[in-house]
Amino acid sequence: MQPVLSMRNICKSYYTGTGELKVLKNVNLTVQKGDFLSILGPSGSGKTTLMNIIGCLDTPTSGKYILSGRNILDMDEFELASVRNREIGFIFQNFCILPRLTALQNVELPLIYSGVPFSIRKTKAMEILERVGLADKMHSLPNQLSGGQQQRVAIARAMVTNPSILLADEPTGALDQKTGNQIVSLFEELNRDGITIVMITHDRNIAVRAGRIVHILDGIVSEQELKPFVS
Amino acid sequence: MFLESIRMSWMNITKNKLRSFLTMLGIVIGVASIIALITLVRGAADNISAEVTELGGNKIFINIIGTPLKQGLSRDDAEIIKSVENVEGISPTISGKTAIVYKGNVIENVSIQGKNEVYFKADPGLIRSGRAINILDLENKSRVAIIGSNIVKDLFFGTNPIGEKILINGNTYTIIGTLEATRGFSMSSTNDVVIIPYTTALQSLGIKDISSLDVYLDDTSLADETVVKIKGVLNRAFNYREDSYTIFNMGDIIESFQSIMSMMSLLLAGIAAISLIVGGIGIMNMMLVTISERTTEIGLRKALGATPYTICLQFLIESIFLSVIGGLLGLFFGALLAYVLAAFIGINISILFSTNALAMGFSAAVGIVFGYMPAKKASRLNPIDALRSL
Repeated sequence: MQPVLSMRNICKSYYTGTGELKVLKNVNLTVQKGDFLSILGPSGSGKTTLMNIIGCLDTPTSGKYILSGRNILDMDEFELASVRNREIGFIFQNFCILPRLTALQNVELPLIYSGVPFSIRKTKAMEILERVGLADKMHSLPNQLSGGQQQRVAIARAMVTNPSILLADEPTGALDQKTGNQIVSLFEELNRDGITIVMITHDRNIAVRAGRIVHILDGIVSEQELKPFVS
Repeated sequence: MFLESIRMSWMNITKNKLRSFLTMLGIVIGVASIIALITLVRGAADNISAEVTELGGNKIFINIIGTPLKQGLSRDDAEIIKSVENVEGISPTISGKTAIVYKGNVIENVSIQGKNEVYFKADPGLIRSGRAINILDLENKSRVAIIGSNIVKDLFFGTNPIGEKILINGNTYTIIGTLEATRGFSMSSTNDVVIIPYTTALQSLGIKDISSLDVYLDDTSLADETVVKIKGVLNRAFNYREDSYTIFNMGDIIESFQSIMSMMSLLLAGIAAISLIVGGIGIMNMMLVTISERTTEIGLRKALGATPYTICLQFLIESIFLSVIGGLLGLFFGALLAYVLAAFIGINISILFSTNALAMGFSAAVGIVFGYMPAKKASRLNPIDALRSL
């Protein structure tokens, strides 16, 4: 079966005044449909850059990136916007939900950009909000919601377009441990329903709950079998 | 999507009410001043034009200065001018100043003007009550008089002057009519004059010459040629001394006056347009501030699938909103200001659709022109940098 995501020899360099700074070095990564993958690495390891490339927010210096059978590196700005809209569901560390919109309106946002008519948009957004357990909070503004609830809104927003991958960047970073665990449990649940999830984290305790762990250190990615953590 | 952009823009404008209002203020002032200035200048021009036209667009005024040998035109000279091609009629004026007496009340130094029937036929609105001078009066050299509105007020307050007798220069005249009051600053004000048949004036005022002559034309477009011909007659009459008379073509005066007024209104509108540009810069500044405040939001929207076009549209709509709402407010306040000032000055104004369209078009254009650069800047934001500035 064709993988959802396939990266071959991805390199990313930044050119600073003093010379070339290699952030990603020959990264190879494959994600199959239904995977729950965590990318684990300390800060400065290049994991944010990797996530930006996966999320089509950034382009690699060299390499090959196929997402859902499409070559990302050939795309222009408008095609990339469409890929971000339809193929990727972003979940950010600090939720990034718009403070002046209700939970429902926030979830509708990606559907607006894909041109879904109003009535369908609303029904879809409501269904997804129910699924993340916010049926009674649809018309609340973000400042009326707890951190965990806000992150659920963000997850609902990420899922509403039915993307190929849910891409979560430190999704528990701004939450307390209990709430963070609940969010990861939600991820596990969604994954059991067949949703592909890529989660970036520096927290090993969170990372181990994914089916697969990929380590990233100094721009080099290595995969290992899931095994008990030995410090 | 377009509707969503409008909704989002509207939310952002109403969120910062004070800031949006202050940003709009420049446009409000600009549009208000354009509307008020153009309307007032046009109103003033129309009022003055109307008054000038009242004097007669088809008239040529001849004013005689005379030479030492010949003080004014004779009746024969007037007859020759009357026979010039394209002359419909002439109305000579013989003027003098003398006292008038009614029942022991004396008004000194009243302007007495001898006129003919043409003068009244050319403008039937001159007569307020009674009748005008007719040909019989002229032939019979009747002692009849038509009096101005101020004289009616001074001598006949509360009574009907028609049929009353007054003394002019020692002779008794019967009042046959009164003149309509003319507006204050018209140069041909007849409020303080007494008009008598000019033949009577020649006989009994002791004046032998016609001091001025109004020539009425058949065809105004041929005025220039007629003026040349009349000059020929006058030159012969005054021994080719061109400084002995002045000749005004009323049509020329109206025309040059109108071109001066339209130039003036353009100039004023131009000055007011500068304030619109300043207002536009205000909008641009505010949009740039908004964009840097909302960098994260822009990054997020891009991550969620907004294209550069969508982002650009949203911010462009926001700036157009600001400028158009500012324009509408300006329209309202400009019209209000124009009406208040017009009432104060005492002129009639009408606010033209074309003026409104011009001002609204200009303010929408300001929104587009000054909103484009910030909107373009927002659409070009790199989503990574935008999200990083969390």
